[in-house]
Amino acid sequence: MSQKTVEYVVGRNPEMGMDARPTPSPMAPFDVPEPDLGSEHMLINIGPQHPATHGVLRLVCELDGETVVDVTPHIGYLHSSFEKLGEYRTWNQIVPLTDRMDYLAPLIYNCAYVMSVEKLAGIEVTERCKVVRVILMELDRVFGHLLWLGTTAIDVGAFTPFLYTFHERERIYKMHETYTGARITTSATRVGGMMADLPDGWIAELTHFLDTVPATLKEVHRLLTGNGILIGRTQGIGAISAEEAVNYGFTGPNLRASGVAYDVRKDQPYYDYETYDFEVPVGEHGDCYDRYLVRMEEMEQSLRILRQAIRRLPGGPINVADPNVSLPSKTDAMSDMESMIHHFKLITEGLKVAPGDCYLPVEASKGELGMYVVSDGGTKPVRWRVRPPSFVNIAVLPKLARGHLISDLIMINASLDIVLGEIDR
Amino acid sequence: MSDPIKRGLEAVDEGPVPSDPSGPEAAGTPADPGSHPTVAALVARFGGAVRHHEVSAGDEHVVHVDPTRNREVLQWLRDEPGHRYDLLRDVTCVDYGGGRPLQMVYVLWSIPNRLSLRVKCLLELDALEIDSVVPLWNAANWLEREVYDLFGVTFRGHPDPRRILMPLDYAEGHPLRKDFPLRGRFSRAEQTRRALAQDLDKFYTVHDLEIGREPQQVTLPHPDAGKAPASGT
Repeated sequence: MSQKTVEYVVGRNPEMGMDARPTPSPMAPFDVPEPDLGSEHMLINIGPQHPATHGVLRLVCELDGETVVDVTPHIGYLHSSFEKLGEYRTWNQIVPLTDRMDYLAPLIYNCAYVMSVEKLAGIEVTERCKVVRVILMELDRVFGHLLWLGTTAIDVGAFTPFLYTFHERERIYKMHETYTGARITTSATRVGGMMADLPDGWIAELTHFLDTVPATLKEVHRLLTGNGILIGRTQGIGAISAEEAVNYGFTGPNLRASGVAYDVRKDQPYYDYETYDFEVPVGEHGDCYDRYLVRMEEMEQSLRILRQAIRRLPGGPINVADPNVSLPSKTDAMSDMESMIHHFKLITEGLKVAPGDCYLPVEASKGELGMYVVSDGGTKPVRWRVRPPSFVNIAVLPKLARGHLISDLIMINASLDIVLGEIDR
Repeated sequence: MSDPIKRGLEAVDEGPVPSDPSGPEAAGTPADPGSHPTVAALVARFGGAVRHHEVSAGDEHVVHVDPTRNREVLQWLRDEPGHRYDLLRDVTCVDYGGGRPLQMVYVLWSIPNRLSLRVKCLLELDALEIDSVVPLWNAANWLEREVYDLFGVTFRGHPDPRRILMPLDYAEGHPLRKDFPLRGRFSRAEQTRRALAQDLDKFYTVHDLEIGREPQQVTLPHPDAGKAPASGT
């Protein structure tokens, strides 16, 4: 069985010495009859510059006292028109645009984009490249979830987990830097391979990370999972049923928290994910607490995949041998006539991709990331469309928040794990 | 642009140039409907409304559907037992430029059956209107708003047809159309002038502005109320 139901803690953690709510509070606070105070609704504008919105998001709330009657998210403050810019660029020049979308897990975006182009162009990457990309994508899933964990803990008033998770994130930043030279804007992939092979000692560094990070996760677990404040702030808050979650287009941990075990890595596997041994964590209640538990468990599963990937990492070249796709080595380009011509053609003209369109879904840290590329046979895309998971997830916020308190709105927004870079693109 | 120094910047004053300005906009290879279980059933059910079936990128099935019947076809795909495309992965649009029709693209996935299908509807440039699928999937709400914002397609029956990424009062058109220049239609000066002259009320909906419009009647007791009146002087 590749599905695992997360353990929903009800009650308090004796180690914490704090009373939790005994049972999840029921949804629908409007059921409680309140005296009609005849009060007027109030308009509150949150953001776009507000730390609790996790980015440049603006929420216009209609409040009745402290209860959210309605909330309208306004997006677009970070809109950079990446999709339009992509239509002016060659296929490889688009890679740097992709990591500026989800800057919290950039390597997943780098990999997903080139995977879609490779599929359309019919390029099969080398075995080593596949495993390296699996390693990078799983590492960045942990990277993205760690940021989510730290910032969400801050939203409910716990500061310590933020320090713990950012300490671990810093180590991943350093691994990014060792490999790509950049901490956030990695741009590590090229169509047909990677910009370089992994540097010496990188795998050893990763192994050390895998050995030590579970202790941190365990500590955060102990600090948060049974914590009365977290339980009180998240259980029964922002719940959504499985059927509605699918109808609203939820994907990723948000959908799985509602009990739907849909994971692109299992349902439409790429890069031999079907041969890795890992479980898909699912929740039962679909509330903020389940989303927290699912992400915590996903990090453990990603570490499992990483350990397996390191064991099976094969040798051999990382880029495809086709000279019309991959650049020749510098030595060859300088000494060999044919290599120099290929180098010149690839740099001045760019790669040509067969006409057609391709929608390639990848399980990103926020949900299903779809890369839709359309080619008319040229060196530039006719259309490059990104299906950003956060964009679809944040659209559900008004439905989740209606009827809750304004402080719960902040928690619900945090629990969706959004990044405005990819929402606005 | 005549200035030789600026020649490299020509692209920003024009829309993107397609590599193949006259080629057909349907890019995959025609396929036999029998090769995909749903397409065969779709042809049997809707007949002529299914105009074309092709395979792209090796294994991705695409059906072209009559744009006047998109909602009907998509509802059947969502509800028909044995197919059940319950997850609307994406709604987007493609403009090939050169006066060719816009393509509405619906990317579907069936969670129970693990099947994927792409449905396309061609929209002529003088009739950019199509039925909204928000009644079928709430996920389409923001996705269709984005297509309206960036391509100018109108969705009949959309509950909230506002721009989403561009400002609500954006007047330069629809940016992802091929005839839209990279730096916009207005001059830099005009763009700056408009940015400085923004009306803050435009950042709220009409409904938002009605909330709390009347100041609340605060009735605090007068500080002297309740005190015994000062004895006469």
